[in-house]
Amino acid sequence: MAAWGGHDGRERRWKGLDRLESRNRAPRSLLVALVLASITLITLDVSGGGDSPLEPARRVVGEALGPAESAAATAVRPFTAVPDWFRSKGDLAEEVRELEASNAELRGQVELAGFDRNRLEQYDGLTAAAADLGSALVPARVVAMGPRQSQSLTVTIDAGSAAGLGPDMTVVNDDGLVGRVLRVTRSTATVLLVIDPDSTVGGRVGSSMEIGFVTGSGSLDQETGLDLRLVDDASVPARGDTVVTWGSTTGPYAPGVPIGTITDVYSSLREASQRAVVKPFVDFSALDVVGVMVPSGSESDRAVIEADGSLR
Amino acid sequence: MTQLRWLAALGAVLLALVVQVSLFPHLAWHGIVPNLCLLVVVAAALTVEAPFALVLGFTAGLVLDLAPPADHVAGRWALALTIAAFLAARVRQDVRPSALDVVGTVAAASFAATSIFALSGILLDDPAMSVAGLLEVVLVALVWDVLLTPFVLPPLMKLFSRLGPQWATT
Repeated sequence: MAAWGGHDGRERRWKGLDRLESRNRAPRSLLVALVLASITLITLDVSGGGDSPLEPARRVVGEALGPAESAAATAVRPFTAVPDWFRSKGDLAEEVRELEASNAELRGQVELAGFDRNRLEQYDGLTAAAADLGSALVPARVVAMGPRQSQSLTVTIDAGSAAGLGPDMTVVNDDGLVGRVLRVTRSTATVLLVIDPDSTVGGRVGSSMEIGFVTGSGSLDQETGLDLRLVDDASVPARGDTVVTWGSTTGPYAPGVPIGTITDVYSSLREASQRAVVKPFVDFSALDVVGVMVPSGSESDRAVIEADGSLR
Repeated sequence: MTQLRWLAALGAVLLALVVQVSLFPHLAWHGIVPNLCLLVVVAAALTVEAPFALVLGFTAGLVLDLAPPADHVAGRWALALTIAAFLAARVRQDVRPSALDVVGTVAAASFAATSIFALSGILLDDPAMSVAGLLEVVLVALVWDVLLTPFVLPPLMKLFSRLGPQWATT
């Protein structure tokens, strides 16, 4: 202390130190209190699981901040979309045409995936699930993206319960599976992307109909992709095979949505399953227009794209 | 006056959050964006009394935990930003902090906050992430925060010091 400053500086310095003391005395207890409060919150949220007591709080904050995020995204969009500004003029008609095309393309991809080829015609006729991707799509745009620092890969879209959305609905875009809806507010919804490490999707290899589980790698990099583990260790997935979802119309993921193509296959002697790297069809770093699959004929505050491509 | 300062601080936090999740993803590097909420907290910690900064850190963290795209266990950012605010408030305030002090404080607070968040994730096994991935996130976030410091911190510090009775006036 005495090393810097002579006698003249002493008075001032001591006063300064006093101030520092008085300023820092209060925070100690406050710091402990706030840290304990944080830990209490963490404990509450962890032990609560699916219906944690913080879910209402999330909802309230979402209701308040969702419209702000939508507004900010709308304000920012003209600048971020400068490259294709001249092409699209941000027109709603263009957007709808885009999604119509996406719906048709998705159906086309599924037909080509070998998934339908292998399925018995009668079985198709018997189950309601055969309406696979024929469900209606609610168009929406991504308005906010969670930071990588938060370690969960989630986005906010500008359609909520007023547009007919609910938890566990499947979200797609014109390339393939994007994710599923976690929770909704009136005007926004939070979507868990399939590349999130917490996300697990039932996947089916198109050519062999083998089933497995696709988990996210936690990276936005398209090449790092997703991990596929097949249930049957005897079957080896082939490179270039298409992976589609399997599931039920009531479950989180609708069946038959294309996820990606297999780029690498690893088989380990110790583990009882094959591991394949799946490159997703969707470019997650450039997500914009998405469609949420809703039951055909559901109520919505915006135009819904029906299974046959018509607008309602 | 205190109420006005609270309003300004909360407004700054909310604005920072919206810009962080809606604007910066377009500029993000591998999905890593600057933590603007942290910058607001550090600005408060460097200009006004520590209790205010601590509570603001907790509040900003809570907003980050609960606002829409977030899906991690709530309370993790609250913990991280409270501790970051505490660290930033330890910087001497009897003199006006120099530019270098500010940048250093931001770097230290950013490193501490992102690391604490990441470590809490490992402890809770919230999402399993590789250590290399975490290190990348921490370092890139630090670079982002430092890069934005010259644009964000001076106006915020001016705002806070104008609105608040300085702790040192007594």
